[in-house]
Amino acid sequence: MSLLEIRNLSVEFETAHGLFRAVDGVDLEIDQGEMVAIVGESGSGKSVSMLALMGLLPWTAKITADRMNFDGQDLLTISQKERRKIIGKDISMIFQEPMTSLNPCFTVGYQIMEVIREHLGGTKKELKKRAIELLGLVGIPSPETRLRAFPHQMSGGMNQRVMIAMMIACNPRVLIADEPTTALDVTIQAQILELLGELQKKQGMAMVLITHDMGVVAETAEVVNVQYAGQQVERQDVKGLFNAPRHPYTHALLNALPERATSKRLPSIPGVVPGLLDRPTGCLFNPRCKFATDKCRSDAPDLHSKVLCHYPLEDGMPTNNHPGVSVAEGNS
Amino acid sequence: MFRFILTKLGVLIPTFLGVTLIAFSFIRMLPGDPIELLAGERGVTPERHAELMANLGFDRPIWEQYFSFLWGILHGDLGVSFMSRQPVLEEFLTRFPATVELAGCAIIFAALIGLPAGIIAAVKRGSAFDHTLMGISLTGYSMPIFWWGLLLIILFSATLGWTPVSGRLSALFWIEQDTGFMLIDAFFSDEEGAFKSAVSHLILPTIVLGTIPLAIIARQTRSAMLEVLGEDYVRTARAKGLSSFRVIGIHALRNALITVVTVIGLQVGVLLAGAILTETIFSWPGIGKWMIDSIFRRDYFAVQGGIVLIASIVMMVNLFVDFMYGLINPRILHRR
Ligand SMILES: Nc1ncnc2c1ncn2[C@@H]1O[C@H](COP(=O)(O)OP(=O)(O)O)[C@@H](O)[C@H]1O
Ligand SMILES: [Mg+2]
Repeated sequence: MSLLEIRNLSVEFETAHGLFRAVDGVDLEIDQGEMVAIVGESGSGKSVSMLALMGLLPWTAKITADRMNFDGQDLLTISQKERRKIIGKDISMIFQEPMTSLNPCFTVGYQIMEVIREHLGGTKKELKKRAIELLGLVGIPSPETRLRAFPHQMSGGMNQRVMIAMMIACNPRVLIADEPTTALDVTIQAQILELLGELQKKQGMAMVLITHDMGVVAETAEVVNVQYAGQQVERQDVKGLFNAPRHPYTHALLNALPERATSKRLPSIPGVVPGLLDRPTGCLFNPRCKFATDKCRSDAPDLHSKVLCHYPLEDGMPTNNHPGVSVAEGNS
Repeated sequence: MFRFILTKLGVLIPTFLGVTLIAFSFIRMLPGDPIELLAGERGVTPERHAELMANLGFDRPIWEQYFSFLWGILHGDLGVSFMSRQPVLEEFLTRFPATVELAGCAIIFAALIGLPAGIIAAVKRGSAFDHTLMGISLTGYSMPIFWWGLLLIILFSATLGWTPVSGRLSALFWIEQDTGFMLIDAFFSDEEGAFKSAVSHLILPTIVLGTIPLAIIARQTRSAMLEVLGEDYVRTARAKGLSSFRVIGIHALRNALITVVTVIGLQVGVLLAGAILTETIFSWPGIGKWMIDSIFRRDYFAVQGGIVLIASIVMMVNLFVDFMYGLINPRILHRR
C-alpha cells in the first residue's frame, strides 16, 4: 500500500450557475521518496485537488472520493481535529504566491516557530534554534537576523524559501508544492526547484509537484499525472511521457515546449481550458484537439490503459480505428 | 516621520482656523444675546442693555472681537463664562472627566460587543446570526439618539425601575471628586453603595451613546474580517494545522484590526457629538450638557471656547489614530 493514495477524487463547487465540477475522477499514488508531478494548464483543477486533500477548500466545495488514505488513515472520514494533526506536520503544502501566502503582520521567525510549537512543541530557545537551522537549510543568508524580518521586507524568492522552511519544519512525509516558482523570476525559479529537489532527497520525502511547465517536469519528476479541465487524462512515468505521449493534450503540451518549437514565436495550444459555462459535450478536450471526431464531440471517453481518450496516440498518430487525419481539421 | 507631521500640520492649521471662525459666528448668528436672555421677561432698557454689552466687550467691531478670540486662544485664554464668571477653560476641565467617563464606557461597550459580533458574523457569513446582526446594526446605526434614550428610560427606569433616570450618582452620597471620574472616585470613597450607584447611573447613557459606534464597529469588523479571511496567508495558517482559534483569532484578526482600530478611533468625533444629546437626556453633567446650557444662555465665550476645545480634541485623537495606524501596520512601520 502506498504512503498516500487517492482514488477517483471529485470536487464540485456550488456556484451561482449551479454545480461546477472542478475536479473529476483524479487518482494519485505516491510513496516515500517519490516525486510525482501534476501537469496541466491553469484552471485544470490541480490546486483544487490538492487543497481537497489538505481539507483547505471552502464550504462551497463538495468532495467525494473512493479512497483517500494516508499512512493507513482514512482522510475521508477523519475529524477536523485529527486532520489538523496531520496537515502542516506529515502532509504540508507550499503555495504559488509567496508574497501573499505569508502573514504580513508577523515576523518570519514567529511564523516558522508557530508551526513547530503547534505540532512538536519545545521551549522558546529550542524553537528559535530550529528556526535558524531551517532558514539556513533553505539557503537564507544570516538566518539569525532574518528571523526578525517581516515578509514585505524580503523578495519573493526569499519569501518562498521561508515558506519552504515553514512547511518542512516538522519533517513532513509528503510535501505538496503548488506551482512554487510560477510567481518568481526565471533565475530564481531554477534555484527554488533545485532546493526542493535537494530537500526531497535529503529528507526522503514524497513530493507532489504541481506545475504547468513541462520543462520542469522533465528535470524533476518520476511519475507524471496530466490533468485537463479537472480530469486526469494521462498518467505515465516521465520517460514514457516524453518519448511517447498517448493523449493528444500531453502531445500538444510537449509540442508547446520552447525547445521543441519550430517557429520563433512561443507556441501554445490554441483556446483555453473550459470553465463553468463553456463545458463542451463529449470529450472535454475536443474543441482544442486536432484529432477530434464526431464521436469525440458526442461521447465522453473512458480510461483506456491510463489514457482518457477514444483514440490514444502512438508515435504521434491516433489509434483505435481513427477515421483518418482528413476528418481532423483543427477548429480554432 | 518629520514629513508625516509636517503634512498633517498643513491640514490641521487651516481646519483649526475654520473651526474658530465657525464657533465664533455660530453663536452670534442665533437670535438674542446674553443680556436679553438674562433679563428674561422683565426686559431691560436699551441704555442699560448697551451698557452691559459694552462691559462684556460686545460693542467692539466684530472682526476685533474675533481677533481677540484668536489672540486669547494663542495665549491659552478662552475668556470667562458669562454665567458662572469662571474661566471657560476651567469650566470645561471640571466637566470634561464626566464626558470622558461616559464616552470611554460607551466605546468599551461598543467594542466589547461589536468586535466579537462582527467576527462571528464574518466567520458564519450568510448564517441566521449574520443576517440578524446586520439587520440590528443597520437599525442601531440609524437610531435617533433622543428617541432611543427616552425609550430606554421609559422601559428600564419608569416601568421596571431598574435604573436611575438622571445624573451620575444618587443624591444620598457625597463623594470627593478627586479624579473627576465617578467610577474611580466612588470606588475609593468610604460611602457604601456609592460605586454601585455610579455604575447604575452609567448603564443607560452608555448604551444610548454606544449604540451607533457599536453598529459601526460590528459592520466594519465583519467586512474587514471577510476580506482578510479570503487572504492567502489565512489559508497558509490553516495549512499549518493550526486551531481555528489561532487561524481566526490571531492570523486573521491581527490583520483585520488594522482597519478596525482606525474605525474605532474615528468614532471619537461621533461619540462627542452623540454625547451632547445623551448628556442632555440623562442630565449628565459633562461638556455636552454644558454646551447646550451655554447655547441656551447665549454664553458667547463658553460656546465658542467649548467648540474650539472639543474640535481640538477630535483633531488630536484623529492624528493619534493616524499615528497608531502606522504603528500597528508592520508594512508602514518597517518599510523596506
Ligand atoms: N472556491 C471556488 N469556487 C468555485 N470555483 C472554483 C473555486 N476554486 C477554484 N475554482 C475553479 O476550479 C477550477 C480549477 O481551479 P484550480 O484548481 O485553481 O486550477 P489550477 O490550479 O489547475 O490552475 C477553475 O475553473 C476555478 O475557477
Ligand atoms: Mg493552481
